[in-house]
Amino acid sequence: MSSALIRVHLPTHLRALARVDGEVELDIDGEATTQAVLDALEDRFPQLRGTIRDQSTGKRRAFVRFFACEEDLSHQTPDTPLPTPVTEGSKSLLIGGAMAGG
Amino acid sequence: MSGVRVLVGTRKGAFVLTADGARQDWDVSGPHFAGWEMYHLKGSPADPDRLYASQSSGWFGQLVQRSDDGGRTWEPVGNKFDYDGVPGTHQWYDGTPHPWEFARVWHLEPSLTDPDTVYAGVEDAALFRTTDGGQHWHELSGLRDHDTGPSWQPGAGGLCLHTIMLHPSDPERIFVAISAAGAFRSDDAGKTWLPINRGLQSEGIPDPDAEVGHCVHNLAMHPARPDVLFMQKHWDVMRSDDAGGVWREISGNLPTDFGFPIDVHAHEPDTIYVVPIKSDSEHFPLDGKLQVWRSRTGGDEWEALTNGLPQSNCYVNVLRDAMAVDSLDQCGVYFGTSGGQVYASTDSGDSWAPIVRDLPPVLSVEVQTLP
Repeated sequence: MSSALIRVHLPTHLRALARVDGEVELDIDGEATTQAVLDALEDRFPQLRGTIRDQSTGKRRAFVRFFACEEDLSHQTPDTPLPTPVTEGSKSLLIGGAMAGG
Repeated sequence: MSGVRVLVGTRKGAFVLTADGARQDWDVSGPHFAGWEMYHLKGSPADPDRLYASQSSGWFGQLVQRSDDGGRTWEPVGNKFDYDGVPGTHQWYDGTPHPWEFARVWHLEPSLTDPDTVYAGVEDAALFRTTDGGQHWHELSGLRDHDTGPSWQPGAGGLCLHTIMLHPSDPERIFVAISAAGAFRSDDAGKTWLPINRGLQSEGIPDPDAEVGHCVHNLAMHPARPDVLFMQKHWDVMRSDDAGGVWREISGNLPTDFGFPIDVHAHEPDTIYVVPIKSDSEHFPLDGKLQVWRSRTGGDEWEALTNGLPQSNCYVNVLRDAMAVDSLDQCGVYFGTSGGQVYASTDSGDSWAPIVRDLPPVLSVEVQTLP
């Protein structure tokens, strides 16, 4: 089974909630997808449940975005494999709040 | 020496203001949860060190925070608010059916006797309860399942359950208020609910005295006289002497009867406070003069309280959960404004002074009287 060390960059509010500085590194066994990363992230930081995706439906919250390699991955299905530079660790998966004023 | 702790929720964080019984020198702690909308914070009457806070954002949704040390440290607890069963629909603004969708927690009401039991009023309107200190929340779905539920329609602020009152001695009796459905009472600990809106007249709905559809802004009750309820409706200040069986208007000589909060003096069940606001389209005080109005007769006869409040060029609002009283011998009254001021009176409203002046817009103010 393949595994990957994925670097995840969280937005300021979620870093504060998770009480982490900088990026989070997550070991992902099997295919590295957005869904697998969020599963691992929420396992390590249960307080993030419900802040990125709905706890019941798994649907991404409307104003949350997933970026990597200068691409918007937000509208891909959650089981789409992450780009190779992310799975190889040279790039991060960026989780952010959409530009929405405020 | 006894003291007070004022819990302030704002658009961009929470603040905890503490003072001794003199209430002159204040310590200001915060912002807690900086950048988040803090709709409501409230302490447990059974354990004043146990606090609960509703934390939300349009980006990252709803969280509930709990403190076990009076607000010095906080831990997130459960934030899963799933409606019971298939939620069905309520009316949308255009009159079409709209699925019930959870948006946020407006109000947290801790049990009077158990620090681990808390009620949460949410948007879209429903009542939830935890009995394990906030880890898990379960809907008391008898309210939303009321026959009238599919006809409930949101007010401008959303279809929100914003007021919860627990009877001081009868654990089976609960009052809630929903904008814009009205007030409801349960006599069986939340299993079934009765609309208690008889006597209300609302010109903004097709049938002015309908069973539901009224935009109730806030309710208040004195624990020594729990059958007497006070209401600030969208327009009209109302009173019921039979636990909501029937209401009568007590607006009397108020300069305008539109407003949001209503509260009762800690030691005088007939002394009540409102903040008249010019109109429902101009959410600010009349003539730029911020005034709390007090009735010492349970309504009808009101006096303006202005000493220490700005009497020119003031155009702030005071929201429904942004007024509270302490229970020290000299009753303290507190309110927060959309301009970020929190005012306190240590003499039942005769005079006022700001505790803080420049917070983000204030959404809620609660006060704990500490031993």
